[in-house]
Amino acid sequence: MMNTVTGNTGVPVPNRIAGSLGDRLFHGVAWMAAVGVLLVLGAIIVMLTIGASPAFEKFGFFNFLSTAEWNPVTEMFGGLSPLVGTLVSSAIAILIGLPVSFGIALFITEMAPPWLKRPVGTAIELLAAIPSIIYGMWGLFIFAPFFADHIQPLLTDTLGELPLIGALFQDPPLGISVFTAGIILAIMIIPFIASVMRDVFETVPAELRESAYGVGSTTWEVVWNVVLPMTKVGAMGGVMLGLGRALGETMAVTFVIGNAHKLHLGLFEPGNSIASTIANEFTEADGEVYTASLIALGLILFIITFIVLGLAKIMLLRMAARQEGRPA
Amino acid sequence: MNYTDTLIMNSYNKSPAPSNISLDVTGAVGVTDSATASHEKQNHQIEIENPKIEIKGLDFYYGKFHALYDINMRIPEKQVTAFIGPSGCGKSTLLRTFNRIYSLYPGQRAEGEILLDGRNILRRDEDINTLRAKVGMVFQKPTPFPMSIYDNIAFGVRLYERLSRKQMDERVEWALNKAALWDEVKDILKQSGKALSGGQQQRLCIARAIAVKPEVVLLDEPASALDPISTLKIEQLISELKDSYTIAIVTHNMQQAARVSDYTAFMYLGKLIEFNDTKTLFTNPQLDQTQDYITGRFG
Repeated sequence: MMNTVTGNTGVPVPNRIAGSLGDRLFHGVAWMAAVGVLLVLGAIIVMLTIGASPAFEKFGFFNFLSTAEWNPVTEMFGGLSPLVGTLVSSAIAILIGLPVSFGIALFITEMAPPWLKRPVGTAIELLAAIPSIIYGMWGLFIFAPFFADHIQPLLTDTLGELPLIGALFQDPPLGISVFTAGIILAIMIIPFIASVMRDVFETVPAELRESAYGVGSTTWEVVWNVVLPMTKVGAMGGVMLGLGRALGETMAVTFVIGNAHKLHLGLFEPGNSIASTIANEFTEADGEVYTASLIALGLILFIITFIVLGLAKIMLLRMAARQEGRPA
Repeated sequence: MNYTDTLIMNSYNKSPAPSNISLDVTGAVGVTDSATASHEKQNHQIEIENPKIEIKGLDFYYGKFHALYDINMRIPEKQVTAFIGPSGCGKSTLLRTFNRIYSLYPGQRAEGEILLDGRNILRRDEDINTLRAKVGMVFQKPTPFPMSIYDNIAFGVRLYERLSRKQMDERVEWALNKAALWDEVKDILKQSGKALSGGQQQRLCIARAIAVKPEVVLLDEPASALDPISTLKIEQLISELKDSYTIAIVTHNMQQAARVSDYTAFMYLGKLIEFNDTKTLFTNPQLDQTQDYITGRFG
């Protein structure tokens, strides 16, 4: 069953019968895995497009995107409100989450005493492990009332008084709103962005840091002028990871966003997002157009995510091109 | 404790050579005060008057590891002082105390006194950023910042001085000229500092260090990662820079120490063994241990 050959040492070694066969098998499996992913991706796009086509046929693609009306009774559907809700809540999440994550990463890599580094780092990572339904419940039962009672009046009195952007902060304090959803999303994406940033900050060589401190820089100057430019590609990757999660987050957002199909200027008004709309209404969607409209929303979310990732890639390529004169 | 260490040092340096050297190199010979005189007797070092940096009873620890033992020495102003010794002897550690760069790392600590122009820089309330602007440092590996050549130089200057565009241009040109790099980069100032060759990058780092007009420049094996031609350029640069700056250089390369320095300190196992003018230390070392090291018998 097993042939043996004799090597130079005279010790018989088992002949590797499986060698060529195993190689080919492994080759095939690896190929199948790679192609399989592409097939699944393609299938999802095709099925979404087919499923959404009745809605697009009835309303037109751009009309669907630019109409805010959502009326199951008259079967008039437009995706503008959830589209705006998704983009605005994600933007708020990034605006809040990015500086906080940067601060966390900066603290862990540059300032924290050694005994505090691990506990803080672990705590941040644990935040990422909390299921989103927990964030949703906490957001609805604890955070939203607190926010309505304490923070919202404060914001209305301060930011609400400002010209131009004041109108965004003047609605009654209900607690559940696009803004609340943005804050919950920020808390959810902070662990992702912070831990990626911490990891890339730690890749900066010690000599480079020392030279930056060596010309008399403060910690802030070192991080802002040397560490961040060195690691912006990786840091941006972390931000995109967070943004991707914020765009698609369903459960937590559904709890706190208010689920109102209305387009508002005010951030404190209840709104909805693509994911929350689909989650809320799929079971009650009767009729081809209703279902197709929900699937169309899904397709749009898919496209948004694609565009975000594409833009990120382009941005990174341009940054890299600007940073490297020529390879040393 | 200081006293005990001094005793250890005494018994450590059992040598037939005369323990008090009086060599007239700078005309700076003579007992200045009784305290330093007693140290010099025990440490076999030349006497320096009006030192830029004076180290008194310096001990250094990496956590529990005792890395430097009771270092006492005076570093002369506007001269090149080289530190030689086998790997792990503490010469880089000593250099890294002069601008307190070690304090970036928790667990590393220095005890004793380091006087820069008579002011103890190890004091708790010393403004560490201003100190580092006064005491510039260049590291073993070239470390250009991720920005243009121009900004690499301007970076440190901007931290401490408000200069007009024109003044800044002049400062950048001045620093690059000092570092003998201007002619090679004047047309590509906007390019990334990383686009330069290794030797050019190291000269860029030297230019960056002197652009802030420091008083002392610390060089931690500045040429050990470079090719011979770049090394030669760096060495020429060092001799030119000593007209304006006090320079302390750590090097593995004894020929380099002999070529570029005016004074040389030999260190071994965390102790300063011999400090003398370079010519005497290499031609007529006062201690057997120094003799053994420079002739390659150990280390």
